[in-house]
Amino acid sequence: MSEPASKIVVRDVYKTFSTKKDDVQVLDGVNLEVREGEFLAIVGPSGCGKSTLLNCMAGFEKVTSGSIDIDGEGIVGPSRKRVFVFQETGIFPWYSVWDNIGFGLGKKMAFDEKHEIVMKYINLVGLQGFEKAFPNELSGGMKQRVEFARALAVEPDVLFLDEPFGALDAFTRLEMRREIVHIWQETKKTCILVTHDVEEAVELSDRIAVMTRRPAVVHSVIDNPNSRPRDPDDSGCRELKDQVFEILGVERRV
Amino acid sequence: MNPRTFLPALVGFTVFVGFWHLATLGNSIGDLPGPWITIVGLIDVARQGLLWKNIVASVFRVAWGFSLAALIGIPLGMAFGWFPRLRNMFNPLIQALRPISPIAWLPFAVIMFGGTAMSSDLSAIFLIFLSAFFPIITSSTSAIASLDVKYVRSAENFGVNGLEFFRRVALPAALPQILTGLRLALGIAWVVVVAAEMLGVETGLGYQVMDSRNALRMDYVSAAMVVIAVIGLLLDTAMARVESTALARRGMAQR
Repeated sequence: MSEPASKIVVRDVYKTFSTKKDDVQVLDGVNLEVREGEFLAIVGPSGCGKSTLLNCMAGFEKVTSGSIDIDGEGIVGPSRKRVFVFQETGIFPWYSVWDNIGFGLGKKMAFDEKHEIVMKYINLVGLQGFEKAFPNELSGGMKQRVEFARALAVEPDVLFLDEPFGALDAFTRLEMRREIVHIWQETKKTCILVTHDVEEAVELSDRIAVMTRRPAVVHSVIDNPNSRPRDPDDSGCRELKDQVFEILGVERRV
Repeated sequence: MNPRTFLPALVGFTVFVGFWHLATLGNSIGDLPGPWITIVGLIDVARQGLLWKNIVASVFRVAWGFSLAALIGIPLGMAFGWFPRLRNMFNPLIQALRPISPIAWLPFAVIMFGGTAMSSDLSAIFLIFLSAFFPIITSSTSAIASLDVKYVRSAENFGVNGLEFFRRVALPAALPQILTGLRLALGIAWVVVVAAEMLGVETGLGYQVMDSRNALRMDYVSAAMVVIAVIGLLLDTAMARVESTALARRGMAQR
């Protein structure tokens, strides 16, 4: 059995933030490998630095020491090949749905070509008929769909998902989880999801990286043996959840 | 006009005019004039053709001073907002100059721009420029300095940078706050124009106040005040409308 190719390799990454008063060490020698085309979830206690790790992988922040390679090369900065989906939507309120989704496609692209791509992704996320709507006319879930479409429209290899459902209500969150699995299966992007919701990680991911408290390291990476579609309440998923909770040091009463 | 907001406002004005009338009962034009004397005075100055001339002069000065302030203040403020080094260098200076009333500059303005009719226009415009400049530059600076990091990173992520970033992201994101600053600035500019016209110029509503006072025509003074109030209200309403339509067109209607 051959090992799947590595997409992203994080080696001995340290990250320290300097504030006026003192230095806060967030990442304390993180090692992690993300495989090509997989759905990896990163879970950990809140404030442990999982979002910081994601920001470093996306090139928004520089590591203090250590290295992050993508496709075998060190990252220099953000790239259209790796798109970030923000916690509370990062779509632009001054642009219509159409303009938001077309934002990353560049000015030079001919209108017809652009329109075709935009409409393709509007259909993919199920927002037909809302092309001309502005974000303030949309619900939270719909805004998040726009952001997914905006990210996918530039055809990236990697999607960074920073608690993308965190600001949504419980019902919409469940709906969006199903949606993201559908999108992932359709497009086969490498997806890296940061979340503090263990159930979400179990439902969505191929593997789960569990981080410790700050200063954080990756404690372990667990394979998710459950086949899709998944029901978070069946025994396989519950077992995996318990395993993750145990590593996080949370007692679960049955 | 919306009757739900218009009617209460009308009541407020009526109460004020009522008290004004009672407080000034029996006064003559050399005294504190009542509403009726004021209206007669207003018609009088309007008939002489002075009122129109003075309104045009004042509005002209405000238009120039305000436009220059916006033209310089918005780009400069946005640059301060974007470059922290520039901001650290100049923002304390701006904040130190800001509390100086523009009126304090009046003697210097007269020296700087000389005393001819044309140049006294300049000194009035300069004072209005100063009064409008500070709120405009301050709001533009903070609008850009407080840009949502998600917007900046989104743009970065999709390779949108330089002038394109400015046009497609920074400017629209900063627009609501800049418009609020402009509205504030226009209000202050209109307040300052009256004071700016009290020295050196021979037109304008401020001149009318000063000149009528010297002539002991208090009815013309209060008539000028009424006109100043009405125009101030009109300017603010117009500015509020510009603000809301500009935002609505960009999908950012407030509330």
